Amino acid sequence: MSHGSHAIASTGKPFAFSPENEKRFQELLPKYPTRRAVVLPALWLAQEQEGHLTVESMEYVAERLEQPAVTVFAVVEFYTMFKTEAVGKHHLQVCRTLTCTMRGCDDLQTMIERKLGIGAGEKTADGKFSVEMVECLGACGAAPVMRMDNRYWENLTVDKLERIIDACREGRDPASEDFDR
Amino acid sequence: MTPPIISMRFDNPDNHRLAAYVASGGYRTLPKMFGMKPDDVIDEVKRSGLRGRGGAGFPTGMKWSFVPKSTDKPKYLCVNADEGEPGTFKDQLILKHDPHALIEGIITCCYAVGIHTAYVYVRGEYDFPIARFSAAVAEAYANGWLGKNIQGSGFDLDVVVHRGAGAYICGEETGLIESLEGKKGQPRPKPPFPAVVGVFGCPTVVNNVETLAALPWIMEHGASAYAAIGTEKSKGTMLFSISGMVERPGVYESEFGVNLWDFIETSTGGVKDGKQLKAVIPGGSSSAILTADEARAVKLDYESIAAAGSMVGSGAIMVLDEDTCVVKALEVVLRFYAHESCGQCPPCREGTYWMHEIVSRIRRGKGHVEDIDLLLSICPDMMGRTVCVLADSAAIPAASYIRKFRHEFEAYIDKANPPERRLHPGGVNLEAGAM
Repeated sequence: MSHGSHAIASTGKPFAFSPENEKRFQELLPKYPTRRAVVLPALWLAQEQEGHLTVESMEYVAERLEQPAVTVFAVVEFYTMFKTEAVGKHHLQVCRTLTCTMRGCDDLQTMIERKLGIGAGEKTADGKFSVEMVECLGACGAAPVMRMDNRYWENLTVDKLERIIDACREGRDPASEDFDR
Repeated sequence: MTPPIISMRFDNPDNHRLAAYVASGGYRTLPKMFGMKPDDVIDEVKRSGLRGRGGAGFPTGMKWSFVPKSTDKPKYLCVNADEGEPGTFKDQLILKHDPHALIEGIITCCYAVGIHTAYVYVRGEYDFPIARFSAAVAEAYANGWLGKNIQGSGFDLDVVVHRGAGAYICGEETGLIESLEGKKGQPRPKPPFPAVVGVFGCPTVVNNVETLAALPWIMEHGASAYAAIGTEKSKGTMLFSISGMVERPGVYESEFGVNLWDFIETSTGGVKDGKQLKAVIPGGSSSAILTADEARAVKLDYESIAAAGSMVGSGAIMVLDEDTCVVKALEVVLRFYAHESCGQCPPCREGTYWMHEIVSRIRRGKGHVEDIDLLLSICPDMMGRTVCVLADSAAIPAASYIRKFRHEFEAYIDKANPPERRLHPGGVNLEAGAM
């Protein structure tokens, strides 16, 4: 049971949903019979708005849903995808479970350490990359896989992942390129 | 060879659009179903022999019939799309390539049980499958296949796509329910079962994506046509996620009752790079491992795999070749369960943690001769003693890997380091820093 460290970052500035997220929040409410059930969807909105959750945004979600703040904090602590610290611009979530291990995820991690100088749970000094070794992403047929920029990158090799990282480094959009060429 | 049922539309790149789905016969059986009595729909599904494809294999129609008929509470359907059992990647294909078959299955279930709200709980990492499925739901609403008075039937149904946030345990049905209620996904003791007290304190059906996606075919072709496929107790077809050291990993559909290894070899082209087969994990990482000889001898159906000491589970087949280290494999599997234990039951929280520590120690060449039997002795203390089966899911593979490949574990152990030279002979031998 190790659902990540959640050192909670206070920004010192108040949080409120953007007008667009306020609209989405209002659309969520009638879909659930309790306010508490909206905690996860509302936390997703808050996290998407600021990139990660803060004391202020979690307290805001609690207040909007009439929940004690502690119940929202406990939820955030439980789920691996809620982040209370800023991750890199490109957050590499490399799968480390059984099939990906068989198909070479350890080599990917070694290359990332060499190329970016960061290990699991770390972020580059320029804030461009962070890396997380995660449990099964549910795409084992395309192992090894990682999730980055809200999508999956499949059938990775050391060379292919290096070229994906290079594209990110050079400011290109990796999603618009074919790395299997 | 049985024609594909679940995957029959996967190859059509436009199939996620309503028009393409309808053009290939989708939704056409629903008007007939709306003319049936709900109980007759339940009977049809019961007679088909369909069993849950999420892992437990419980008969679907029977599960539905446990929901009380007379209740003043609303009833709910929770669609379990929290696909997380390592090795499983089939439900995402349905969400991406045949989302309307899932919606049609949801409508079928909800009509049969008298449900007017369905929550589809999708694991949070599935960005694209969530987007695809959400778009299909929107299109179904826009065309009168969801919402009020579906196609003039008088039946109302709302479907809500709910995104998880990263926790394997939410694939356990009561963990999913807790999570949907906005809490930590810690499983509930059963009874009461969700059919009686489920989400929001109301009667609830929890069904896997693939289970529901099989319903349109069953309603169109009839229970007996479905029941004619497969074996006596394992009816129909199932999607098998085949991964690991094979030439062409992927999702392949098969009827039940075929030879396990023949099916793997025919579908995937066999072991990668012409290597020898070492072992097959047939039903996700929580299932017992089969040796190459066992995998070649067993039939692929619930009863045959159970008789061989393992399970069909979620149909997640993982293939280990001659170069795959079973000790490392177990270390990785145990790390997964230790990471994903929700922490509420001590046998699971402590058991998964310590088993992983011990196997890791062995793999690093620092194991002790008695570690192997220590591991085996921990397993029974983790089984059947907790709220859910996560602890069992760690103990089952551990016991089977060790019993069938004991020599690989022994090969890692330094026999020149007898027990009496160690700090805590006989107990859990802690390395410096292990705490």
